[in-house]
Parts: sequence; C-alpha cells; structure tokens
Amino acid sequence: MSNVGIVIVSHSPLVAEGTADMVRQMVGDEVPLAWCGGNGHGGLGTNVEAIMGAIDKAWSEAGVAILVDLGGAETNSEMAVEMIGEPRAHKIIVCNAPIVEGAVMAATEASGGASLREVVATAHELSPS
Amino acid sequence: MSPGTLEKNGTLEKSGSLDKTATLDKTGTMDKFDLKTLISVTADTIAAHAEELTRLDQAIGDGDHGLNMKRGFEAVRAEADMFATKPLPDALKAIGTKLVMTVGGASGPLFGTLFMALGKEISAEPDRANLMSAFGKAIEAVAARGKSQVGQKTMLDVLQPVHDALLQGKTGSEIADVADSAADATVPMKALRGRASFLGDRSIGHMDAGARSTALLVRAVAETIEGQA
Repeated sequence: MSNVGIVIVSHSPLVAEGTADMVRQMVGDEVPLAWCGGNGHGGLGTNVEAIMGAIDKAWSEAGVAILVDLGGAETNSEMAVEMIGEPRAHKIIVCNAPIVEGAVMAATEASGGASLREVVATAHELSPS
Repeated sequence: MSPGTLEKNGTLEKSGSLDKTATLDKTGTMDKFDLKTLISVTADTIAAHAEELTRLDQAIGDGDHGLNMKRGFEAVRAEADMFATKPLPDALKAIGTKLVMTVGGASGPLFGTLFMALGKEISAEPDRANLMSAFGKAIEAVAARGKSQVGQKTMLDVLQPVHDALLQGKTGSEIADVADSAADATVPMKALRGRASFLGDRSIGHMDAGARSTALLVRAVAETIEGQA
C-alpha cells in the first residue's frame, strides 16, 4: 500500500487496541495500521521488540507515523526506530501528539494519500507549542 | 584488552564493569578481570534491591523500576557465558541490546543506551584516556536518549559525578561513595523528566529510582574491581 502507515504504542494494550479501533472506523483498510501495548510480561508498559514488530506490520514505503502515550512509549519507540536502522529509519517518525486524537487525525490524513511529512504535521497541530 | 594498558589507578566505572581486564591495582597495573563476575555482582545487587527500587519508583513514578531492572539484569546473567566470549566492544553492545529488549519502561532504552554507547566508543584494548572518553560519550548518549541533562533528577545526576570522580583518579570505594551521595542529592531536586515531572514540586523529597539503581551498579562494579586489584 502506498499510504503512510500508522503505529499506535500505548502502555496499555487496551488503550492501543481501542485507539486502533477508532482509527479503523475512520479509514477502514486504506491505511496500514498496527498497535502494541504492554510490557510483554502481562503488565503495563512498552516493549521495543513489540514496537519493531508493529512497525514491520504497518510498514509502507511512504513511511510510518508512530503515535505514543507517555514518556516510556516515546523513548522505546525512538529506540526501536534506531534499531531498525536505515534505509527505513528516516521514514519512521514518532509524533508529538495526543495518542487517540493524533492517531485518528494522522490516519485520516494518510488515507488521502498525504506524505509522511503532511501526516506528521497534522498530528503535531494537536499539540500546544 | 590486555593488562597494564592503563596509566593510573582508579579506573572503576561502567565500562570497567564489563571489561575483562580493566582492573587497576595501586601500582597502576591491571589484573585480569572476569566479565562474568561483573555481570553476576550487578545482577545480584539489582535483585537484592529490587523492592527498594520499586518503592522509590512508586513514590513518584509508575512503580515498575525494580521489577524491570531485575528482569533485564537477570536476562544478561542468563547469557553471561555468551557475552564473555565476545571482544569488549561487542560484549558491551550486546549487553546494551539485551537490556533494551528486556528491561522495558524508559529505563530499558536509557540503561541499554549507556552500554551500547560504551561499546561503540570503547576500543578493544582501551587505555585510560579511551575509557574516560567512552564513558563521557556514553553519558552524552543517555542524555540525548532521555532528552535530559544533569540537575533534572535522573540517572545522569549520578553518572556525571562518577565520571568526574574517575577523572580525579579516585579509588573504587571513593567512587562508590560519590555515587551514593549523588543519588542522595536527587532527593531535594524537582523532577523535570519522566513521570515524576508530572508531580512538579511533589517530586521533591524523594530519591530518583534511576539514580539509585545507577549508584547500586556503580558500587557493585567499583567494589568488585577494587577487591580484585
């Protein structure tokens, strides 16, 4: 698929899955989408390996925008991007945006064929500063 | 790395912790050092203090630090034999990657980055200057990963004083004390990074859990190396 992919990374698998449901409701299957949540051991948290897997699943040559909730999700997502490395890393951006609103708006933008830069900018508009 | 490549005593830091031979005695020579021992003592101290770390994190964070660190260091311990067969830079990078994959939370990438950056910067047979430089670069990498700096109530508030103490040529037990004091010094700080920063002024009066775990690791490594010297 040529549309930008969306990855949702929450500390809670329920939040991640619920956010993905809301994205699907908006864009159906027009956007590559994956989510992950939880520490991989049944608890709340985020997990680099799971994030790398989600990026693979939502991969698009147009790039992938990652929406995260709290600090650890951001740090782990950045770590995952670094470990994936080039040539893909420069096409993966961790957004600074609220996870639910950001995912829905970014995916909606992506479904129209927008570039990664445009998708990320749409998500960033939701964040003050 | 071969014995005797360091010029002065007091080389007792994280890179040393994973360095098979970076033990300096009072005459300035290095003894053979067993990486597996360092992996074992660091995993031991984290396991012994896991509940304390969790309590510290519960006070001003999400309360998973002790369990997360224990999981990660036990995972490293489980593969100690494999790490010990690698050249120093590769061993450090592999241990860092293992921590990234197993610790979780924000601590996984932060502690993992510390070791991965050390492995990237250190030479296979480092001299003292290379060790110091690699540790300094590793601290910079941790700061970049956490978008943080000294004074924000984080592990950097222990790492930086430890680096300074190393530069001053302090002994292992002195360095361990510096690390403990530095962790204590995070108590009156206001957290500016991580979950604790959500609490604002209410983060004051509690020790940062990451600073405490860093100090525990430094003490375990420094005392072990000193004991071997």
